Amino acid sequence: MDLLLNIAVDGIAYGMILFMIAVGLSVTMGLMRVVNLAHGGFALIGGALAHWLGAELGLGFWLAAPLAIAGTVLIALPLERVLYRRIYGFGELQQVLATIGLTFLMIASVNYLLGSTLLPIELPPALRQTVDLGFRQLTAHRAAVIVVGLVVIAGLWGLLDRTRFGIRLRAAVDNRDTASAIGINTSSIYMLTFALGAGLAALGGILGAELLPIDAYYPLRYMVLFLIVVAIGGMGSILGSFVAALAIGVIETASRYLVPDLATIVFFGFVILFLAVRPRGLMGSA
Amino acid sequence: MNTTRKTAGAIGLALGLFAASGAAADTIKVGVIAPFSGPFAQYGIQYQQAIETYVAQNGASAGEHEIEFIYKDVGGVNPDQSRSLAQELLIREQVDYLAGFTFTPNALAVGPIITQSETPTVIFNAATSVINKESPFFLRTSYTLWQVSAPMAEWAYDQGLRTVVTTVSDYGPGIDAEVSFKAAFEAKGGEVVDTIRMPLSTTDFTPVIQSVKDQAPDAVFAFLPGGPPTFTYTKTYNENGLRDAGIMFLGTAETEESNLQGLGDMAIGLTTAYHYSAAHDSDLNREFQAKLHELHPDGIINWASVGAYDGVHLIYEMVKAAGSDGPAAVEAVLGMEWESPRGALTMDPETRTVIQNVYIREVERNAETGLLENAEKGVIATVGDLGWDQ
Repeated sequence: MDLLLNIAVDGIAYGMILFMIAVGLSVTMGLMRVVNLAHGGFALIGGALAHWLGAELGLGFWLAAPLAIAGTVLIALPLERVLYRRIYGFGELQQVLATIGLTFLMIASVNYLLGSTLLPIELPPALRQTVDLGFRQLTAHRAAVIVVGLVVIAGLWGLLDRTRFGIRLRAAVDNRDTASAIGINTSSIYMLTFALGAGLAALGGILGAELLPIDAYYPLRYMVLFLIVVAIGGMGSILGSFVAALAIGVIETASRYLVPDLATIVFFGFVILFLAVRPRGLMGSA
Repeated sequence: MNTTRKTAGAIGLALGLFAASGAAADTIKVGVIAPFSGPFAQYGIQYQQAIETYVAQNGASAGEHEIEFIYKDVGGVNPDQSRSLAQELLIREQVDYLAGFTFTPNALAVGPIITQSETPTVIFNAATSVINKESPFFLRTSYTLWQVSAPMAEWAYDQGLRTVVTTVSDYGPGIDAEVSFKAAFEAKGGEVVDTIRMPLSTTDFTPVIQSVKDQAPDAVFAFLPGGPPTFTYTKTYNENGLRDAGIMFLGTAETEESNLQGLGDMAIGLTTAYHYSAAHDSDLNREFQAKLHELHPDGIINWASVGAYDGVHLIYEMVKAAGSDGPAAVEAVLGMEWESPRGALTMDPETRTVIQNVYIREVERNAETGLLENAEKGVIATVGDLGWDQ
């Protein structure tokens, strides 16, 4: 019984962290249809900025984290203007090559400026304490990630399904020419959505840093993890990514409890099986 | 090729005798194969800084010979690249010594080549026992996993700890650490309740830590590669209340200096057994660090630095004794004793790994500098490579 509860609690907490780091990618790659391998790079920039603001400038977490997210968006906007605008029109392979090149540039820049060692983000005391669940302890930080994850999924659903911006975005993605012909400013829609993706990447990088610590090679280290979440969830579906992240979290955690030596094999076995049965993912549209 | 070089050397020596002293000494080249780019670049940088420090302290010549270092970037774990770099260094650059080698596969890959070319090769890091069996020209100034894990186990038993769960990353060094710890702990009469091998790609250690907690052993022994895994593991160890539950943390390299400050306060109190702490209290260590920081103010000093520093010393001694004659050079330093920044060293004639002190350390915050350090609590063993006969 305890074991099941442990698996459920740890699995959901881990799954929510996966969701947080991958949700930005399901915005850029899923909604905007750009194979954005530089997603991890934006998470890295967010995390590195938060580290730098906290450790070098001595700002507290509550100040450093929003500033770091804002900083990442500020870096992402000109990149969108100058680079991504061209990348949207590329074929898939060219998108992969262009964005992975960008990732290498980001890694090299962080490596040059901050070095190749870990860049820890100091958490405030409120998030460092542990919450007693009765049968075991859970850190406040993980509980906070669960809450933020729920807020993000609700916010995104509201934004995409219930606002004019969401309608315009979906129109622009489905048929850009028609959308602009009827007066939708598609280039600013794309820019805002891209900024949203980058901002979410930064948020995920910062919140997930307890589990996936930030260092210069962060984007390459965890790229497969981001991509799996989005692939299982199905391109273009935020809810799919959410369900996929939770499922992956629970499966991986269960295999770590039950067969720790084989956890990686079990995990990738599931991924292969699932994608063989449903190549478009959980909620992918045809 | 080697014979020609030796003949040439002999002729040169004869001519040199005729020409009396004062003639320009020859140059002996040392090829250093290490990662200088990518995620493991830190190792190469540290080797280079330590080498430059040694040269700054001792001059660029050993005996009659000028010494020149040639650095080659192997990138990461890449045995093929390691082998071809070694060939390039031996054939094109005509080096007489090789050094470096962070990863075991990279060192193993050059074994046959250095045996053939009779090139003394000093390992600055790679720590599995088996390497030195691959060639009589391997010499190691780092350590082996048996060398630190077994004393850790014996010390733990002597402290009254009777049950341990081992948690190691599932790869060569991790398994070496697990096997050696278990063998030594059980030989003493302790019990290893469970041995957990964690896949290298593990990002969330909560399940592992929670299982350890449920088994309630006296201590948990851990071995993980440096960087993110160690960071997350120690964090999880603290957050899940193992320390409060009285389950002691036993490790080896987990609290090494390059990531120690990043671990923060949660590292305080972690116990490790290891052969070098940057906080080692000796004049030689302080001089070494002062000189290194004079050359590289931001340089990080840890076991990789001291492995390279002592490795260069060994090369200098070999060159002094035998110049470019590989077999004679190795012969000359077997059994050599010297004082290193980490303490007294002896080059074991049998295993060709240094015999050294293993210290028990505890992470503390230094009151003066405000930085975390591995404070040495005592020498728990003076040992050679205990894994040689396994």
